[in-house]
Amino acid sequence: MIKAATVATAHAKGTIGEPVPRRDVRRLLEGKGCYVDDVSVPRMAHAVFVRSPFAHAVIKHIDTSLATTAPGVVHVATGRDIAKLCKPYVGTISHLVGMQSMPQYPLAIDRARWSGEPVVVVVAETRAQAEDAAALVDIDWEELPAVVDEESALDAGTPLIHPELGSNLCWERVLDNPEIERVFAAADAVVEATFVTSRHTHVTLEPRSILARFNSADQQLTVWHSTQVPHMMHWVFAHHFALPEANVRVIAPDVGGSFGLKIHVYGDEMTTVALTMILGRPVKFVADRLESFASDFHARGHRVKARMAVSAAGSILAIDMDDLQSLGPFASYPRGGVNESRQVVNLVGAAYGVDCYRARARVVFQNKSMYGQYRSVGHPVACLVTEGLVDRAAAAIGMDPAEFRRKNYIPATAFPRKLVTGPVLENLSQHEALDKLLQLMDYGSLRAEQAELRAKGIYRGIGLGSFLEMSNPSSATYGRGGVAIASQDACTLRLMPTGSVFCTASINEFGQGAATACAQIAATELGLSYSQVRVNLGDTDIAPYGGGNWGSRGTGIGGEAVLLTARALKANIVELAAKLIGCAPQALEVRDGAVCDFLSGARRYTFEELARIAYFNTETLPPGYTPELTVSRSYAQRTYDGVCTNGIQASYVEVDSETGYVKLLGHWVVEDCGTIINPLLVDEQVRGGVVQGIGAALYEQCMYGRTGQLLNATLVDYHVPLAREMPDIVVAHTCTPTATSQLGAKGAGEAGVAGASAAVLNAINDALIPSGALLSTIPATPQRILAALDMCTVPGTQQQGDSR
Amino acid sequence: MIEPQETFDIACTLNGVEVRATVPVRQHLADFLRESMELKGTHVGCEHGVCGACTVLLDGEPVRGCLVLAVQADARRIETIEGAVSSGRVAALVHAFEQRNAAQCGFCSPAMILTAAELLARVPSPTRMEVREQISGNYCRCTGYEAIVDAVMSAASRQARANEQDS
Amino acid sequence: MKAPPFRYSRPETVEEALELLAHYGDEAQVIAGGQSLLPALALRLSAPGVLVDVSRIGTLQGIYEIPTGLRIGAMARHQEIERSSLVATYAPLLATAMRQVAHPPIRVMGTFGGSVALADPAAEAPAATLAHEATLVVRTLAGETRIRAEDFFLGVYTTALEPGAILVAAEFARPPPSERFVFRELARRSGDFATVGVAARAVIEGSRVAFMRIVLFGVVDRPVTAPKTASALVGSDLTKSSIEAALDALGSDVSPSADLHHDEATKMRLLRVLVKRVLLELNDGVRND
Repeated sequence: MIKAATVATAHAKGTIGEPVPRRDVRRLLEGKGCYVDDVSVPRMAHAVFVRSPFAHAVIKHIDTSLATTAPGVVHVATGRDIAKLCKPYVGTISHLVGMQSMPQYPLAIDRARWSGEPVVVVVAETRAQAEDAAALVDIDWEELPAVVDEESALDAGTPLIHPELGSNLCWERVLDNPEIERVFAAADAVVEATFVTSRHTHVTLEPRSILARFNSADQQLTVWHSTQVPHMMHWVFAHHFALPEANVRVIAPDVGGSFGLKIHVYGDEMTTVALTMILGRPVKFVADRLESFASDFHARGHRVKARMAVSAAGSILAIDMDDLQSLGPFASYPRGGVNESRQVVNLVGAAYGVDCYRARARVVFQNKSMYGQYRSVGHPVACLVTEGLVDRAAAAIGMDPAEFRRKNYIPATAFPRKLVTGPVLENLSQHEALDKLLQLMDYGSLRAEQAELRAKGIYRGIGLGSFLEMSNPSSATYGRGGVAIASQDACTLRLMPTGSVFCTASINEFGQGAATACAQIAATELGLSYSQVRVNLGDTDIAPYGGGNWGSRGTGIGGEAVLLTARALKANIVELAAKLIGCAPQALEVRDGAVCDFLSGARRYTFEELARIAYFNTETLPPGYTPELTVSRSYAQRTYDGVCTNGIQASYVEVDSETGYVKLLGHWVVEDCGTIINPLLVDEQVRGGVVQGIGAALYEQCMYGRTGQLLNATLVDYHVPLAREMPDIVVAHTCTPTATSQLGAKGAGEAGVAGASAAVLNAINDALIPSGALLSTIPATPQRILAALDMCTVPGTQQQGDSR
Repeated sequence: MIEPQETFDIACTLNGVEVRATVPVRQHLADFLRESMELKGTHVGCEHGVCGACTVLLDGEPVRGCLVLAVQADARRIETIEGAVSSGRVAALVHAFEQRNAAQCGFCSPAMILTAAELLARVPSPTRMEVREQISGNYCRCTGYEAIVDAVMSAASRQARANEQDS
Repeated sequence: MKAPPFRYSRPETVEEALELLAHYGDEAQVIAGGQSLLPALALRLSAPGVLVDVSRIGTLQGIYEIPTGLRIGAMARHQEIERSSLVATYAPLLATAMRQVAHPPIRVMGTFGGSVALADPAAEAPAATLAHEATLVVRTLAGETRIRAEDFFLGVYTTALEPGAILVAAEFARPPPSERFVFRELARRSGDFATVGVAARAVIEGSRVAFMRIVLFGVVDRPVTAPKTASALVGSDLTKSSIEAALDALGSDVSPSADLHHDEATKMRLLRVLVKRVLLELNDGVRND
């Protein structure tokens, strides 16, 4: 088995490309990390929320009298109290034409619109006391009909969640193609399916956590926040609480997982900030697991009807698709919650450059949990649909699925390639990745093994999932739409008196290794070891302004800012040495913490010596010259809407046709993210993402009842992957650096999850070929697999398996 | 008849040190460790015993800190990740996890280390599947588990080599 | 998810515990291992006024031989039972069953008595106890009563334990040396509650089934025997066709209830498959571990 990671030596320099361990991970392993809930400040109180048990109900009356006098209670507040301090928010994005939503307040006022919406907050000295008191809040409800079926959300008879909007439609995107019916009519084969992915919840192990402290003396708000985007939250708090930006500080300490969960504005978190301003005491809120299930923003719930026209020779002729996605009762703020659908439309068929394409995406309001982004926003759905159609098409014309893909990939010489949906693909390595994958997994042998075992009644399947992943986003996603989310990132490097370097940047660390990547990039440029670069991320008082981590932009954009800054600092260090020596800067280079003669290699000045001169012995500097040993640079990717990466995954499974249980025998990924800073970090990001995708394929679904209650709202009933059932995952890479930056790095954080569920579903269907069963709903639970098998009691009949 | 109490005096050994405390009877052990003892390395992830992030050792055996009342720790020996690290007995595991990048956000990691250490104490040369089974009660959302399995196997073989050299 | 307020007492004897239960009535709740109770408290599904902690009561501890077989104290931890060579001899289904209970940290604390008295329909200990036809030993203020396993499990979280009574032990008769045992459950992830579960004992003489006892769990509101299925096999060899014929009787032994992830038909289907596999394994004659 090939493993990209190798064990590093104790004195590794950590230059770009070296698989060095993270320097900030030992303290996490030893239990010496600092997550928001580990932070205690004097007089800290705890907030607990009374949440709506109903999906849709009028709040007729709230009686807090018993709660207010309960032991330990400091304060009780309702929606109107919090609305006095917090400006409401609307999650629409201006360049998404027709998008509509209504203003939302941190706590529900007059009406609750999802089961779990916070309505009343109780603050007490301890969390336990606050929970006891919350149980004493008495709310008089009038239950309303709940709108919880996406398919009928836009029907005439369905109640409107927001009568003011005139419909339950949040946003619609239509891409028409006048040729398409003709192409389908004339095609040699047409395959179609209705793909259903299910709503997911992220289940970060550290729940959402916030500690807010307002100092009434200097009107300073400090927020310790488990977030991916401290600067965005900084803007949000300042704007919505009418505080000068200079009065707000957001600190993201260690973050225990996010994957796109902790990038939204949550009513309970905003309420916590309001409370500290009301009380003049620090207030902490940590969502417990029940609250997490009830109020974390969901993602990935789509129903996509799709069909593909294909020629007998195996060319994809056209794709037609209709995507239906639900939100909660409001567009999420500030990111909208419709990006999934936007990407699904953008990327179905994209790997194959399908230009004859018609698509409609509708995003509808529901009385269900609010909705946002989850790692690889929309990509896994687009991939599931596309790759599912591809396998069906290959079967329809009798071609091997790998060869079908090879034949239809955008030719390697055809880049950059503009898609009919808008995005431009810079440069991909799809053919190379496919070849590498087939070789890694020994495709031919697996096919032979599959055939041999099939004869004995053992059903194994091979599934492929070719995926594209947009990374390094420009302002196209948010800034252009009037949203205060940065597409720019920056870095500041400071040479310290003893010759090491202090680095701060606007990206954030939540386990992916951002700090290590920054250190490696800076160290490589400056000729230092990465252990000599101290990195501080996540504090808005210290870090320069930037977008934070989302959309796989951390290394590609943040890393580029570090690179540019390091080059500038190097130039300044060399310039100082040159001036002291009296030579041209070109005669010098940096190596091992010193400025050296370029030709002879002789060490002339160590960084420490130069720093001491610049800081302490300024009398020795030449007149009229000031060395700048603290340097900042910024970077934004402005060439494309996003820099596209590619990859392909394969899953090898065995399906027990008696029970519908699926055993994962192997998984392979070949992925192209351009320049790799640290393969040890990248490969584990890929593996983690693959397992999340496996979770989507086999286990995870938010199950709603008819009245809008989440039925499986504990870890006992919402199933996430555990170690016993997961396969070892082989990871390899191809490399096409992006030309949009000097670093050439593209994003990799979301690649694993983008293609995994498609590969697994395709593998299951491949295993079941003898029975004719076909699934198009995930998770592929035993019940769904058995139902699909049941529908095929007549051999050779192809059916859709799609039940409970 | 005994009078039921709202608080209870406990005396236990925590990371090798005798501790006496008066605890609210409804407080679970994980909260006692985090809040009263200020040992933050034990994490609370679900509070219903499923995720495993709160794993600590009670009389040498791993338990869920959220499924033990602090009062039930009376007269018992507790070890948290902090104690295990100080004792030196998890050094090989910590080193292996670090080298293999077997931790990302780190929230599950202390519990993983303690759980893995318990396996290696009983089964010095486990198979990969035995490691996977052992950590199956410890939920990780970041790593996908493989690096963790690699790290445990690596620590096991390192330990085995060290034992050979010693003997 | 902090537990609601309650008071706590730690009696040292069974008598003290019984006194507390009598005094506090409905308000009182026994805590043994706490592995099921604490989640219930965290989810605020349960709000007892007084917890009566029986975990330190000496007479509830231990696993030891008695003239009629084996006595397992209510406070015997799952892990103790799992590792006990006495249990492996006297109640092999129970020993095997313990390995299926959740994960090791749960088994360190969770108790036999706690699991049996709670009677979760998907739990392993009740099913194994029923399969072995054990006798439950119960203490009340009036004295000791003995209840057969087949009379003990009445419904979801409902047993023959009277209010104020404490389960103190279970007694298992030594099985004949020729008896075979298979305990299996289907669960999607290791450690999950059983979707369906089967505990089976058989004596096979030559190739003929002389005795067969099948217990099903995770399918209805309590563990149940499958007497029609079992008796359809007595006197036959265990072949594919005799098993298929016996499986047809399964529907008259039990009508599985749906759960969150499986409708009734799927549950029945999975149960059939599992019973079939268990019977085939019994035929292999290897006492499964």
